[in-house]
Amino acid sequence: MSKGGINLKTFWPAIAIAVILFFLPPIIPRFYTYILAVIFVTSLLAMSLNLCVGHGGIFQFHHAVFYGVGAYTVALFLTKTSLPRGVGFIAGPIIAAIFGLLIGWFCIRLTKLYFGMLQISLGSLVWAIVFRWYGFTGGDDGIHGIPIPEFIDSTNSRYYFILIFFIISLFVLYLIFKSPFGTTLQAIRDNPERCEAIGINVKRHQLVAIVIATFFAGVAGVLFVVLEGSVFPDLLFWVLSLEVFIMCLLGGWFTFAGPVLGAAITVSLRTFVGVYTEYWTLILGVILILLIFFLPEGVMGFILDKINPEKKEIIEKDDE
Amino acid sequence: MLQVQDIHKTFGDFKAVNGANLSVGEGELVAVIGPNGAGKTTLFNLITGQLKPDQGKITFMNEDISQLPTHKICLKGLARSFQIANIFHRLSVFRNVQVSVLSQKGLSGKLFRPVQKVAVTETNNILESVGLIEKAQYIAGSLSHGDQRMLEIAIALGNEPKMLILDEPTAGMSPEETAATMALIQQLAETRGLTILFCEHDMDVVFNVSQSIMVMHHGSTIIQGKPEAVRVDSDVQEAYLGDDYA
Repeated sequence: MSKGGINLKTFWPAIAIAVILFFLPPIIPRFYTYILAVIFVTSLLAMSLNLCVGHGGIFQFHHAVFYGVGAYTVALFLTKTSLPRGVGFIAGPIIAAIFGLLIGWFCIRLTKLYFGMLQISLGSLVWAIVFRWYGFTGGDDGIHGIPIPEFIDSTNSRYYFILIFFIISLFVLYLIFKSPFGTTLQAIRDNPERCEAIGINVKRHQLVAIVIATFFAGVAGVLFVVLEGSVFPDLLFWVLSLEVFIMCLLGGWFTFAGPVLGAAITVSLRTFVGVYTEYWTLILGVILILLIFFLPEGVMGFILDKINPEKKEIIEKDDE
Repeated sequence: MLQVQDIHKTFGDFKAVNGANLSVGEGELVAVIGPNGAGKTTLFNLITGQLKPDQGKITFMNEDISQLPTHKICLKGLARSFQIANIFHRLSVFRNVQVSVLSQKGLSGKLFRPVQKVAVTETNNILESVGLIEKAQYIAGSLSHGDQRMLEIAIALGNEPKMLILDEPTAGMSPEETAATMALIQQLAETRGLTILFCEHDMDVVFNVSQSIMVMHHGSTIIQGKPEAVRVDSDVQEAYLGDDYA
């Protein structure tokens, strides 16, 4: 990776936000620190899904499964084995990616909605197993009191741990987004038939994207365990998958950072409107309807459109 | 270079291609003509692997390609453009061509290299040769119809093909645009040493530029030969005129 690959102009707002986030915990109440950490975890989950949906055109309808698998993996490692705890943390994303590969391997034979339907079925199968297998996963009780390492046992230290891995993951996802792989993936989204006609192995490319996305869903799952110290089958339930899907649409699924915005909006609504009414999803529903009519490109898509109405792309002239 | 021998393709009861033969020599500019529904596009889809033939043999550079998947055929040096502008609407013009160049160089899978540093010179060269360099940074979906057709050809060129198949490259163009496009195609064929197979409805264009013409009717080949020979062939006249006056 050469230095010129990163355009500082597009990066400084992100760096500024990151710096602010680092200085926030001592100033704001602990509750808000916690909510921010929830937003980071949820954002990462949404970002990983968007690699499939927004950039790859793959209808990964049941993405939460891999989030849950990552979370359960680390939970089981920490409670059922005496291995060093770092092993569990590393195993979470890897096992999630292996599940992604297996389920993706079957689903990728189908396209569009058919892919999505098979994916929901296979994902629900994983959910059903977790939900019923009391002896191993704790069934519908889940697993509680997971022994989190001491250095991250306070709200603030958890916040920093999650923030650091969130930033690293986002950076890696950005590199992938701006790589030949990511560009080809977006071309596949726009026109898979044409991609085959220029010599791209579309199915293999999409399968790699699924494996990467499920890996990062697994990272989000591990971070969830760090934050909450417990796991439960709802993490793998299709309702969560739908919620994450909506976050991508809400934020702007053709943009890179849109899902972060979508996750922040959804989590804030749930937290602050949820206090007044348990029907906060009603408000989310109304927002979604307005969105479809007025901002079909999502909130981020709308903002970028205002900044750059001609939709030009900055392209460098020289080769490496 | 390309040999198609007695190829058949049936959709249900409909025989879309029913015994087509075609021979394209290296460096030639070959046209396929025929009335609407004669099976020209189906024939092209069979050659480039979008469809698999029921029967018959297709050889490219002495290799049987009739059962290969599309992306493998493409990497053997046989690229195509489509009848309807088939581009990547949300990507910039530059990226449209770059994706194709990356695929040709086997770089599509690279995860951690900034894409704006890869295959830039090659991409710019292609954009220059088709006259789209000024519009490189525009989103492809916002281009005019004529420009999208040129981009379509540019994407195909990104594969550094030995042979290019163009499905009605001038469809929907004005006479001036048609003339300019055909001149460009001829020029590309010369400078890049391309073999070109195309189909086209405009007979003036076909008889002006092609070295060999294959005529299809009801999915079968009537004749393939030099323009002068095709022009006077009685079966061809019947295929074109007979149907209309029957």
